[in-house]
Amino acid sequence: MSAPAHSPTEFHPRWYRERVSTYWWMGSWRYLKFILRELSCVAVAWSVGMTLFLLRALLRGPDAYAHFMHRMQAPGMIGLNLIAFTFLLLHTVTWFNLAPRAIPVRFGGRRVPEFMVAAPNYVAWVVASVVVGWFILRKP
Amino acid sequence: MADKILLEIARYAPEQDEEPKFQSFEVPFHKEWVVLDALNHIKDKIDGTLTYRWSCRMGICGSCGMMVNGEPKLTCATFLSSYGKGARVRVEPLRYFPVIRDLVTALSDFLLKLEKVKPWLIRNDSPPLTAGEFLQTPEQLDLYKQFSMCINCTLCYAACPVVGLEPSFVGPAALALAQRYNLDNRDQGASERLGILAHPDGIWGCTFVGECTRVCPKHVDPAGAIQQYKLKAALEWVKSFVLPRGHEDVSKKEAA
Repeated sequence: MSAPAHSPTEFHPRWYRERVSTYWWMGSWRYLKFILRELSCVAVAWSVGMTLFLLRALLRGPDAYAHFMHRMQAPGMIGLNLIAFTFLLLHTVTWFNLAPRAIPVRFGGRRVPEFMVAAPNYVAWVVASVVVGWFILRKP
Repeated sequence: MADKILLEIARYAPEQDEEPKFQSFEVPFHKEWVVLDALNHIKDKIDGTLTYRWSCRMGICGSCGMMVNGEPKLTCATFLSSYGKGARVRVEPLRYFPVIRDLVTALSDFLLKLEKVKPWLIRNDSPPLTAGEFLQTPEQLDLYKQFSMCINCTLCYAACPVVGLEPSFVGPAALALAQRYNLDNRDQGASERLGILAHPDGIWGCTFVGECTRVCPKHVDPAGAIQQYKLKAALEWVKSFVLPRGHEDVSKKEAA
């Protein structure tokens, strides 16, 4: 706890101001969840970077692609990507759930329920995943 | 023998204390008692020097907000029974506010910020009284009604870490109230509020922790109000690039 503040008014000689701890976010699960959500943007950047490297390897030909895939199979890289994927899921779910708060959709003069704003995001996510999965897993 | 509950109350006497310390009081446990009833019992029967704010006892005046077991709460609406018989209930002044004495916080900084966002109806014209009242449809009322329920209890400030880390941040209640007037079709003052709202200490200071909305006893959703204004401000900024001449800025649009 910090020292009290100096005299702010004649009749209130000292105010006490508590210093905010550097570890304020560890005091509650809700704050920790917020920090993890903010941290998840690093995982997003990592995934974008990996995708760009993958595309570059594809453009450079079969040898470069094989080399890239070989590096991706290293245990450390698999671990890193698993962590990134977990954070990506957290990022996606938390922001989809927060979307209705920022976008209050109105229909017939009334605000539509929050789940009806969040649901299309999830539907688009599933559709995009199915399409990408189909491209990757289809037989040549 | 009647059941008891233990209250640990933060005490701070500026004449003698360097920092607050906790004092324990044992009070009777009645299931219909709220934390404020227990504080009143202590002041009436045990220690008359205990200092705290309260007035209406019905969640309207917003003056009895305190930290109860680490959560910002209106003590008039927080039942002792929710903590159980024999529990320890820790009562502290609202977090992030300077403490004047015991459980009383200084609100002057909040009131200055509130005044800055001009939370009142602003008109560019002055129609005569004979022109009658400004008419408003239920749909127009519905646009801002939720944000108008704020009672200035400042629980949202005590829940917002940005308020603690960035003292210049305008804060959830003041920003939500600004948005309340911006969304009111009778108001024409959005351009006057733009400077303080679309500012790093205004809406852009908010990191959307969302705790302000969770603790609000009147379901105002300050976090929602701020994000909605962020979206509108960002879209207007994009429009100003796409349609530099025909662009109608956010302030004029909201004032219409």
